[in-house]
Amino acid sequence: MTLTSFVALREGRPQLAAPGAPSAPTLTNVSRRSFLELLGLAGTFTLMAPLGAGAYEPYPTGGEAMPRGLVWDPKVFVSIAPDGTVTITAHRSEMGTGSRTSLPMVLADEMGADWAKVRIVQAPGDEPTYGNQDTDGSRSMRHHIQTMRVMGAAVRTMLEQAAAAAWGVPASQVEARVHVVVDKATGRQAGFGELAKAAMDLPVPPIKDLVLKPESAFRYIGKGNVPLYDMKAIVTGRAIYGSDVRKPGQLYAVVARPPVYGGKAKSWDAAAAKAVPGVVEVIEIPGTPEPAAFMPMGGVAVVAETTWAAIQGREKLNVQWEDGPNATYDSDAYRKEMSAVAAKPGKVVRNQGDVDAALAKAAKVVTAEYYQPHMAHASMETPHALAIVKDGRCECWAPAQSPYAVRTDIAKFLGLDVANVTVHVTLLGGGFGRKSKGDFALEAAYLSKAMGGAPVLLTWTREDDIRNSYYHTTSVERIEAGLDANGKVVAWRHRSVAPTILSTFDKAEYQFAIELGMGLVDNPFDIPNVRCENGPIKNHVRIGWFRSVSNIPRAWAVQSFVCELAHELGRDHKEFLLELLGPPRKIDPVAAGIEGELWNYGDPYSVYPIDTGRLRAVVELACEKAGWGRKMPPRTGLGLAVHRSFLTYVASVVEVAVAKDGTVTIPRIDTAVDCGFPANPERIRAQFEGAAVMGQTLCFHSAVTFKNGRAEQSNYHDYEMVRMTNFPRQVNVHIVPHPFSVPAAGVGEPGVPPIAPAIANAIFAATGKRIRDLPIDTSLLREA
Amino acid sequence: MAIKLIVNGREVAVDAPGEMPVLWALRDILNLTGTKYGCGIGACGACTIHLDGKAVLGCVVRLEEAAGKKITTIEGLDPDGNHPVQKAWAQLGVPQCGYCQAGQIMRAAALLAEKKNPTDAEIDEAMAGNICRCGCYQRIHAAVRLAATGV
Repeated sequence: MTLTSFVALREGRPQLAAPGAPSAPTLTNVSRRSFLELLGLAGTFTLMAPLGAGAYEPYPTGGEAMPRGLVWDPKVFVSIAPDGTVTITAHRSEMGTGSRTSLPMVLADEMGADWAKVRIVQAPGDEPTYGNQDTDGSRSMRHHIQTMRVMGAAVRTMLEQAAAAAWGVPASQVEARVHVVVDKATGRQAGFGELAKAAMDLPVPPIKDLVLKPESAFRYIGKGNVPLYDMKAIVTGRAIYGSDVRKPGQLYAVVARPPVYGGKAKSWDAAAAKAVPGVVEVIEIPGTPEPAAFMPMGGVAVVAETTWAAIQGREKLNVQWEDGPNATYDSDAYRKEMSAVAAKPGKVVRNQGDVDAALAKAAKVVTAEYYQPHMAHASMETPHALAIVKDGRCECWAPAQSPYAVRTDIAKFLGLDVANVTVHVTLLGGGFGRKSKGDFALEAAYLSKAMGGAPVLLTWTREDDIRNSYYHTTSVERIEAGLDANGKVVAWRHRSVAPTILSTFDKAEYQFAIELGMGLVDNPFDIPNVRCENGPIKNHVRIGWFRSVSNIPRAWAVQSFVCELAHELGRDHKEFLLELLGPPRKIDPVAAGIEGELWNYGDPYSVYPIDTGRLRAVVELACEKAGWGRKMPPRTGLGLAVHRSFLTYVASVVEVAVAKDGTVTIPRIDTAVDCGFPANPERIRAQFEGAAVMGQTLCFHSAVTFKNGRAEQSNYHDYEMVRMTNFPRQVNVHIVPHPFSVPAAGVGEPGVPPIAPAIANAIFAATGKRIRDLPIDTSLLREA
Repeated sequence: MAIKLIVNGREVAVDAPGEMPVLWALRDILNLTGTKYGCGIGACGACTIHLDGKAVLGCVVRLEEAAGKKITTIEGLDPDGNHPVQKAWAQLGVPQCGYCQAGQIMRAAALLAEKKNPTDAEIDEAMAGNICRCGCYQRIHAAVRLAATGV
């Protein structure tokens, strides 16, 4: 998740957590009125359907507060050729969520275009033109569905105006249908292509004059009937990812990077590397002092005629490293350090009621500690980029989640004018947060410059990807619950200790609002006394964001602990969870005692409040579909977890079977999703199917451990993935239906957090064994 | 010394060391980038191609082992995407990011060339070497089944 504040930090602006920061809207400081004023609206928005319950009115999102905000000008995004081909620019990066298809689909539908005549082009990194392009934080649909729809309506209106003018009839007499405008009085028609020039020469009508289609007229929006735009290219091998860019005379490079974060190459044998056939040059890339943000970590590059020659050459370099202070980093010792910190009071980040008093007089106190190790994204396409740097200009092709950040970082790194840097965005072979950081593109640019402007394709090998990642944080989450004599939870103290993402940008040992807002201080439970604390810990690796970020350890801890408490009290897990969620209500962050402002995924709390009614509803839906409460055979079980993240409510019920040797199989998962208006249900289902697999992988396999500062894993043989032999056989995704008026929320990430705790809870149901450490050691599950 | 290969029905000569994995010759010398690098150690299947009709891993098979043999890559399976496996993939909306899918499709096509109607366990076993980090396994499995039973 690249978040407003990270970009703000990088650009030297105040971070979101700072007092008075502009982009942490609350119920009061961004009103609907001010949003409408921003749009030049007088508070009216015309719809074909009469306003009424559930009618759509524009709502504010955090999109405007993102760097360079939102662009509502259709002339930036749409062009129409005389043959009727409609070209729509995708300005968000495609890493597998389908946004490159789904956002243009929204525009095309509202405009009346026939999808078969739509062409999509990918925008280069150019936020001054396109608005924010940082494809992260599950934001693409939720921040851009309204701009796409409004731009579609504007183009349709312009086409209608052009037709009316050409025919000399009032605009009210014409109507756009599928790729044509029709004169309702005479039946005559003009195709979009015929009208294109006249229409696009018209001024863009003000938003307040636009008339939106009724939802009943949607042909693509909300239907799930539009295949991926790149489908044919993908299945025929013609899709171009970052690794696939080819330019005349290009060279191929790999880099030997410090095995310890902050380390530096002392010496190397360039001659031995250059003796490998095909190796052209050996080049040192300068490192950046910690915290290095997105700058390269430095190292020694081998440039060659093929990637293979570069890899062979690198093996001959025999680099001697100066490791620096992180050389003592040891995961086992660090875990003990985190536990020790969590055993003591930390900085209070939420304080509601009087937890100390309530714990002191509780009939019983239950305490548990949960652990999650570092993880690497391991997208199938490792980081790659091709750059051509000559004559004071850089042209780069990269699988970048945030291409404008890459562009500005290249300019900074090479001392170029931003105007002279172009970053083309290829398809991304997976991203998961890793490709938000453009260090790899900067390396390619540096090497091309050093090679006199030759095109250089830089490849991170899988070993590089696992050993030099921007790792997902590691965490200890310690929760204490005080129970009264009636079995009510009266106190809840949650301490979180984890190296912070902030440490990548600044020396920091405490988590910041963004991390705290991911399942810690936003805990929705109906408990009178709640305190959340955060103890300090120093990072020893680069920490980055990984699909769903801090929600992973938080859901792991909180949702496992709820199941533990239910067991302690002899209660049904689902009934107990619903009791903790309490009556349907919207949480008041002030009354909840949250220190500072609650970080609500960068979006206004008035639009996206924490709604326990929606949490309850997804629990009920997932349980109903899964047949919660059904009798299960021995060593099988159902497990439940619910979690709100990225403004979306998700509950999963996982069914497991635990073999005598401890092997866990997952016959079925039922996931209920409330993500507001579901713009493309087919891709939403795909995201939650995939999230189930990623959740299963991190539950059973994912750990990057460190000894002497060095990652102990290096490739898929020791950093394993779920495979076809053990995937969840049936993932049923149940999407809560909503009209367009219910604000769209995140889809890419929120499916991940509930899976691991639901699996652990199911394992407990099946075996009576409670697992609190990730990844799960299945040898503990062997039948005695 | 150039090594002769037959790639997608065309004879080509590759001037590269015999120990170079076929993957890199395809990608960096012949510019056939449909075959993907994922791990370089035969652990992920992204580089799956056909060698004389059998699925092999391009990052493991050396050029000298492929000399004179018929190599089929994703670009040569059916350029129009009309192979039953490709059609099944499109019909069920299998890909997310799509990066691993060339390898998955080549693996599935080799399986179905050998076994017209594999059992679920046979599909699992055949596809087990191909990782999908996006987690499309449910749809991959269904698409192999669909391709087997007719698209």
